[in-house]
Amino acid sequence: MGKTLDINIHHLTRVEGHGNIIVRASDGKVEKCHLQIVETPRVFESMICGLSWRDTAMLTCRICGICSVGHTTASIQATDDAFGLKLTPEVLALRKLMLLAEEIQSHVLHVYFLAAPDALGAGSVLPLASSHPEVVKRALRMKKVGNVICDAVAGRHVHPIALVPGGFTHVPSKKDLKKVQDYILMLNDDVDATVETVAAIGGAFPKFEREREDVSLTHPDEYAFYNGQLKSSKTGVHDIHDYAKVIHEFCVEHSTSKHVRNVDACLAVGALSRFNNNAAQLNDRGQAAAKKLGLKAPCYNPYYNNLAQTVEIAHFYDEAVKLMDQIMKMDLTEATLAPNVTPKAGRGIGLTEVPRGLLVHDYTYDEKGVCTKANCVIPTGMNLANIDHDMQKYVPEVINTRTQDQIGHDLEMLVRSYDPCISCSVHLLKVDWV
Amino acid sequence: MAKPRVSFHDFTSCEGCQLQVLNCEDELLGIVGAVDIVNFREAIDEKSDEYDIAFIEGAFTRESDRKRLEHIRKCAKIVVALGACACTGGLNVLKNFRGIDESMKKVYGEAASWYETSPALPIEAAIKVDVKINGCPIPKQEFLEVVKSVLAGRTPQIPDYPVCVECKLRENVCLFQKGEYCMGVVAKAGCNAWCPSYGGRCYACRGLITDFNKNAAKDVLAEYGLTLEQVMAEFRMFNGVFPVAEPPADGALKS
Repeated sequence: MGKTLDINIHHLTRVEGHGNIIVRASDGKVEKCHLQIVETPRVFESMICGLSWRDTAMLTCRICGICSVGHTTASIQATDDAFGLKLTPEVLALRKLMLLAEEIQSHVLHVYFLAAPDALGAGSVLPLASSHPEVVKRALRMKKVGNVICDAVAGRHVHPIALVPGGFTHVPSKKDLKKVQDYILMLNDDVDATVETVAAIGGAFPKFEREREDVSLTHPDEYAFYNGQLKSSKTGVHDIHDYAKVIHEFCVEHSTSKHVRNVDACLAVGALSRFNNNAAQLNDRGQAAAKKLGLKAPCYNPYYNNLAQTVEIAHFYDEAVKLMDQIMKMDLTEATLAPNVTPKAGRGIGLTEVPRGLLVHDYTYDEKGVCTKANCVIPTGMNLANIDHDMQKYVPEVINTRTQDQIGHDLEMLVRSYDPCISCSVHLLKVDWV
Repeated sequence: MAKPRVSFHDFTSCEGCQLQVLNCEDELLGIVGAVDIVNFREAIDEKSDEYDIAFIEGAFTRESDRKRLEHIRKCAKIVVALGACACTGGLNVLKNFRGIDESMKKVYGEAASWYETSPALPIEAAIKVDVKINGCPIPKQEFLEVVKSVLAGRTPQIPDYPVCVECKLRENVCLFQKGEYCMGVVAKAGCNAWCPSYGGRCYACRGLITDFNKNAAKDVLAEYGLTLEQVMAEFRMFNGVFPVAEPPADGALKS
């Protein structure tokens, strides 16, 4: 007689958005095993139709407050593409700096506040705030870099104001930028300490592997994050305008977010996919972090997305330092930053690597620059089918050796590995650690 | 005295306003020393039905969410609507103008019938709200003001004058002077003219001031060459739940 399982984790905690984990098994056989997404339908692709090009990014950045800069970046790249806009090096540099800020902020919070409590058997970061106060203070210091950079360049991080198609509507002052640079440089030791901390807890993640298709951007000159070509570990490199040949969306009844597949039944995006596809292009600091964490490409343990994010914190940090140095030498004026946009009819596509993975914005405009059709493909959605397949492989492997509660906990950790949430640090505030 | 128990909940939103709460890195510590946070699904495993103050982010866009809202209302002494989605329905209301069935079909195709949705509304459409923190996203300073007020048992000081006042104080060049247009003339202040100060126009994300002259506002926009359709689009962006977002009966823009 095999084992019976009935796991129903309602409104999974420590993830952004609403999801339930459902597992049913009887007589040792898994009958049902998936992640239900019960978030309300938000229909952005319908709301955007009829909006002017001036307002499309304003709307779509509000898909997610946490990846707001990422959404804005993909959105304005789609509009740039549709209108054939040329960008100055100054605009490009500031856009990249903002995106780096968001990647670092998001990864820091996921690694410290979501993954670390799991690895240490805590229900939240709270107990860590009293047992490891220095670690928690360091995490908050690093998190703040996202706000420091985005406040100076575009007014704020959540729904940035000045970041628009073709350029920026605000010229940051040299004085403000110097403060930003000082803040970034102040974090230098924190980056190494982060790698140390994660290396110390990395062994706590389950050893589980499932081969998968990794999809990300790739770029000839850098570890791709802002733009590039589309790379699949199964079907090779594609022009971004052919994204629909790789990213096939389909509906499933148990999720209000669409699922995505390519040649197999599922595909994966995110830090681990970027690492698997582009690890050779990491800078020295990123390479050193990967070595320290024992992470080698290709890695098929989805729990190690946490490690890949840590590698990226180290890599993106050094990229931000270098870029900031260049920006300080640039001539930032209205002449080099102000957008100069003439709308025209056409379709534009923007692909960006945001913290959780590849993000697609695809807009069609009429001759007045009014949006007539849009498609947005969100990284979390791209990972959903992959998560279901991971769970469906994992549960039979452990059904006879782990208890129902243990399996439930493992699955929660699995989902969290894919889906970072930045909003966790509030929890700390209950503790008097200053 | 026991610390007040504080609870965070989210409905249809981007969760950016809860992030704004966390972004008060420097100021928040003092205040939260005074409270116990008992629900914050994004951050903690603990779940509790015993709390004094509930912060609710997000719009009410699904009839089946009514029960959850009513439950929160029953548990909390004070309900605070956090951000534009909760206060006015926010951007979500745009879908009401695009047609619910049509929007669902456009996004989900034949699978549209699998998912439940209804017109987007402020949470006030389901439950009584005691305090509103407006904005998309909320300004940090207003969140701090409201928390301090609620803890002290006084009424928070929220401006009821237009964004133009704050914009002038910041000595920004008026967007109308630059050939742009802006909702600052009718928008509720309190954000310190955030968007115009960074070169963006005001979308009135904090809602509209009380008793503004709606015809004059429409006249101003019309004078600067906006069509009726464009003026209505401006009002609908964040204020679609108000009657002003309906076009005049005679179809004429001028009052």
